Amino acid sequence: MTTDAVLAPFIIGLPLAGAVILLLFGKRMGRVAGVIGSATVGVAFILGVISFFSLLSRPEEERAVSRHLFEWITAGSFQAGVDLLVDQLSIVMVLVVTGVGALIHVYSIGYMHGDERYPRFFAYLNLFVAFMLVLVLADNLLLLYVGWEGVGLCSYLLIGFWFERRAAANAAKKAFIVNRIGDFSFLLGILLLAFTVGSLTIGGVNSAAAGELTAGTATVAALLLFGGATGKSAQIPLYVWLPDAMEGPTPVSALIHAATMVTAGVYMVVRFSPVFEASGGTALAVVAWVGAITALWAALMACAEYDIKRVLAYSTISQLGYMFLAAGVGAYSAGMFHLVTHAFFKALMFLGAGAVMHALAGEVDMRKMGGLRKAMPVVGLTFLAGVLAISGVAPFAGFFSKDSILASAWFEDQYALWGIAVFTTLLTAFYMARLFFRVFEGDLKVPEGAHPHDAPRSMAAALVPLAVLAVIGGVINLPRLVTLEHFLEPVVGESHVPTGLTPWVLGGIALLVGIAGILIARAFYTTTAGATRRQRLQRLAPWFVTAVRNKFFVDRIYGRGIVLPGKALASFSSSVLDTKVIDGVVNGVAWLIGRGAEEGRHVQTGYVRNYAVITLLGVVVLVGILFLRIGVA
Amino acid sequence: MSIDVAVFGVMFVVVLGSSIAMLFARNAVHVALFLVVTQIGLAVAFLLEGAYFIAAIQIIVYAGAIMVLFLFVIMLLGVDRREALNEPLRGQRPLAVGLAALLAAEVLYVAYKGSDLITTGGGSQALQDLNADPGNVKALARVVFSRYLLPFEVTSILLVVAVVGVMVLARQMSAISPVSARSGSSVADKEEAA
Amino acid sequence: MTDVPPGYFLALAGLMFTIGVIGVLVRRNAIVLFMFIELMLNAVNLVFVTFARMKGNIDGQVLVFFVLVVAAAEVVVGLAIIMLIARRRASANVDDVRLLKW
Repeated sequence: MTTDAVLAPFIIGLPLAGAVILLLFGKRMGRVAGVIGSATVGVAFILGVISFFSLLSRPEEERAVSRHLFEWITAGSFQAGVDLLVDQLSIVMVLVVTGVGALIHVYSIGYMHGDERYPRFFAYLNLFVAFMLVLVLADNLLLLYVGWEGVGLCSYLLIGFWFERRAAANAAKKAFIVNRIGDFSFLLGILLLAFTVGSLTIGGVNSAAAGELTAGTATVAALLLFGGATGKSAQIPLYVWLPDAMEGPTPVSALIHAATMVTAGVYMVVRFSPVFEASGGTALAVVAWVGAITALWAALMACAEYDIKRVLAYSTISQLGYMFLAAGVGAYSAGMFHLVTHAFFKALMFLGAGAVMHALAGEVDMRKMGGLRKAMPVVGLTFLAGVLAISGVAPFAGFFSKDSILASAWFEDQYALWGIAVFTTLLTAFYMARLFFRVFEGDLKVPEGAHPHDAPRSMAAALVPLAVLAVIGGVINLPRLVTLEHFLEPVVGESHVPTGLTPWVLGGIALLVGIAGILIARAFYTTTAGATRRQRLQRLAPWFVTAVRNKFFVDRIYGRGIVLPGKALASFSSSVLDTKVIDGVVNGVAWLIGRGAEEGRHVQTGYVRNYAVITLLGVVVLVGILFLRIGVA
Repeated sequence: MSIDVAVFGVMFVVVLGSSIAMLFARNAVHVALFLVVTQIGLAVAFLLEGAYFIAAIQIIVYAGAIMVLFLFVIMLLGVDRREALNEPLRGQRPLAVGLAALLAAEVLYVAYKGSDLITTGGGSQALQDLNADPGNVKALARVVFSRYLLPFEVTSILLVVAVVGVMVLARQMSAISPVSARSGSSVADKEEAA
Repeated sequence: MTDVPPGYFLALAGLMFTIGVIGVLVRRNAIVLFMFIELMLNAVNLVFVTFARMKGNIDGQVLVFFVLVVAAAEVVVGLAIIMLIARRRASANVDDVRLLKW
């Protein structure tokens, strides 16, 4: 047993222990709770780094080690143990989760300062990290599902952390229920694989997918799994919960709803890519198209949103769409690459937005802000790094990852997808720049009574490293140099590194489009003439503007079409089915037995001789049966 | 027609007759006396079948000690009045007779099959040899004190338990009435009998 | 030793047993009831002795011996209980003892 696999349980165990300790003793700790919470994740990150380097020190083909902790379920030939798998893919996820997680924990020390449930917040965060690590380190689907549900639970708890606010409580419920829909599909997928493959280990499923699994089964299984991913990773049609999830504390949005949990779906698709590929194109096409359309769809809505956190939420949905697009065209490592860089810059921007809210007494409406860069230079600069990164401006991290996705789409001959993605890049740059210009540029404008101040030290301590990563994060996958792609190859298969002029041209196009988006936003939002230009544009297609402003009425359609009938069914069930039918049956049985006993007890006469007659009857019958059985005749 | 058959016939009539008479005798004392007759008849049956020791025990223990005990208790309780003829339980008599008839039919069928039932062993000749060579009592004793030694010893525990139980019951009896001193002597009787 | 077929003895035992059963079911005096039980035990003894003869060994008679012992113990305890009940209720009628009912 090598060091990396030995460390794996501790990587999970530390945050878990932190969560348990904080839940049990947090109340007495006060401020220390934050330090403990951050420390456990920080140490877990260090362990992750050690594991990573010990993995690197091994020969390439031996870079997957698993560790069997104990048997969990053994039923006939079916076995599921608690096994942890440390390989190239999971270690990347571990580093992202613990690294970004640790920074966000540190940030939360400042952000949540003074909250009455301060220790509990860190307990939940730690619990989340633990579950997320279970998810990425699990060596079988069942354990992965445990983590999957666990992060869903933590997401629910954290979105509803300020449950006194009705909106937060509702958002938590919405997130949980919408996720349940996806999880149900995911569970069906797991069961299907368990039945057809007979094993749920990652190796077992993937080798079966490469071998005996028929294309039809693989398609169904892959689509069911992807259904789960649409829930967890907020893709069409189950994305509606993510914007509402912004009711939670901002660090939560940064950690769970930008950097880690929502990427679980991408991770899962990449992890089980052989299953998706075994379907012979159908499943992957669905993944790619859903991703692309989601990316565009969410980007459109982001352009019309005024709540800064919601803009970021839509942007997250959109970027997740990119990742699925990448997975769908078979560019798994590009997807993972974007996942990593996105974790950096999106967490950064969320934390920046949180710092803004923190400074402006919780204000989120960007129309009431302006010129904050001078008041809060650290936040402004780091945020700018994030904006440039997501807009795909070279040499920031986002440029490389997004460019590799676009290039993959092009080289897979998916020109329509490429077109959508490029257009979305334009929109992305536009809405992010719009946000930046509105909030940080121009004349100073703050809500009344707010005194903008720069981020406190603990928050800056998270912002700066993330900003650095957002700037230089691209180096982990510079074309033809060191590379994440190469590192991931054993897990996700070889990716084609295109040669010639085309990739440069494509990169140039992406870069130009991004810069164009920023310039458009600049034209609309920084100059005085911008307002009139905006209005002129809006007059072109007023119905479209209305639709976008109303989020394409999706929430209303879901409300009318699904929630209302669901409520009607529920009330029917409770008032008719439950009280009449179920209770009727239960009470009826009880009544029947009661009456039966009432009547039947008269059999007990108390006369010994009566009982003796019955005994005699028994004897006669038994002897008769004996005759029949042995046949004396 | 050998003498055996004649003896069997008489015995058969006596035993069955007195058994039936037990059913119809309304006085408990009469029932007890008919039972004594039945048991003496049975002793004859045992003699016929070469169970000499059992026949003797049958008369001494059953017809003697146990039946005396019965009469003793009947006298003690003074329940030797005639039993009422009516039957308070509806359908008890027809049910009892009907089911008993079924049982009789089943048992008699087995009896009819008779000697087919047991085909192994030496048959009555072997028993006759046993009775001749070591003698019935010796043969019995050899088996009881060898193969059945443990059950035999266990019966002693059974008897001790019975004695203790009756003593406990007798104490309760003396709490109710002073007459109960007698029941102690009945236990002594029993000990002797066993 | 007789040459009367064992079936006759078995038939006698069966009839005795049946009479015993009827008596237990029909009579109400507890002591009489007990006597019918003795009758049934006797019938069984007869069966044992007959089987011993049929089989040609003495084990059946040993069983009778044990039945006798058990019957003796049973009679002692049973009669003591009957006396106890009869003293309390001033009657030996089994129909009077019917507390265990609905």
